[in-house]
Amino acid sequence: MSQPVWRVDIVVLPKDGVSDPQGEAVKSGLALMGITEASRIRVGRHLEIDIQAADAESARSIAADMSERLLANLVIEQFRIESIREMTAAGAHP
Amino acid sequence: MNRGVAVISFPGSNGDQDAVDAFAGPVGVPTRLVDYRETSLEGFEAVVLPGGFSYGDYLRTGAIARFAPIMSAIQEFASTGGPVLGICNGFQVLTEAHLLPGAVLRNRDLRFHSQWVHIRVESGETAWTGAASDGDVLSMPVAHGEGNYYANRETVAELEHEGRVVFRYANSGGRPDERSNFNGSINNIAGICNSGRNVVGLMPHPERAADPLLGPPDGLRILESIHQFIGTVV
Repeated sequence: MSQPVWRVDIVVLPKDGVSDPQGEAVKSGLALMGITEASRIRVGRHLEIDIQAADAESARSIAADMSERLLANLVIEQFRIESIREMTAAGAHP
Repeated sequence: MNRGVAVISFPGSNGDQDAVDAFAGPVGVPTRLVDYRETSLEGFEAVVLPGGFSYGDYLRTGAIARFAPIMSAIQEFASTGGPVLGICNGFQVLTEAHLLPGAVLRNRDLRFHSQWVHIRVESGETAWTGAASDGDVLSMPVAHGEGNYYANRETVAELEHEGRVVFRYANSGGRPDERSNFNGSINNIAGICNSGRNVVGLMPHPERAADPLLGPPDGLRILESIHQFIGTVV
């Protein structure tokens, strides 16, 4: 029996204190549209990764390893694992 | 066998042939293109990671190139004191591979800058600045969207303290003022070196300032530094 598949959502954002020119640009774009309520915007990446692992905890540790070694550059970025959910056969092939 | 300079060609490199032309032409040393799938640098006396958009800049600039097969050989070459130069995207690859500290962020103004700039040589004591002197002001082109050098406070302090900031953006008189800092780099940093001073990375393109036909050939002051290493290794 093969291992279950876990869908892991990872968010990578610029570290606090590291300038984010994209976030600033989006903020000024919104201001030009008259939307001035956004006081802080950080632009990053959202990765959705399917991982085969025995359980959610192993999937999390594989995802953390991927993030530390490649998905985020820890000099300038931070990551967080947003969610891990088991994919049913139906969920894997929607 | 002395094979001279290895210029690494990654998928998406576009400055590799310019680098070969500069080294093989005006600098006048044996030079070869080395494919990223190679795993050995045996016989080479210097390694250059050229500019371009390796792997389409996917994920982050230089992030995927760092895992190319040739990178283990480059790590090994660098760790034994071999001269390594990273130009533009090559500099980004070197930071991703942790051969140089810090990282590059998107330019402060979000614009891709393709222009000639002045840089001041801050240290003539690296493998790649032996032909230049401290305080020299060199003119050469930049062409990048992500060259905004960043490192945390401790790392910047260490770089400054150890004289490892090799080049700074400056005005034509050599003053590193805010106006010259077009990409927003910390302390106007345009290039740095490792603690062994054999690995140097910079955003400007010395290989595009190597032929008088294209402007002042100031890039040769960097590239010609390699003469001291060529032919000395048997």
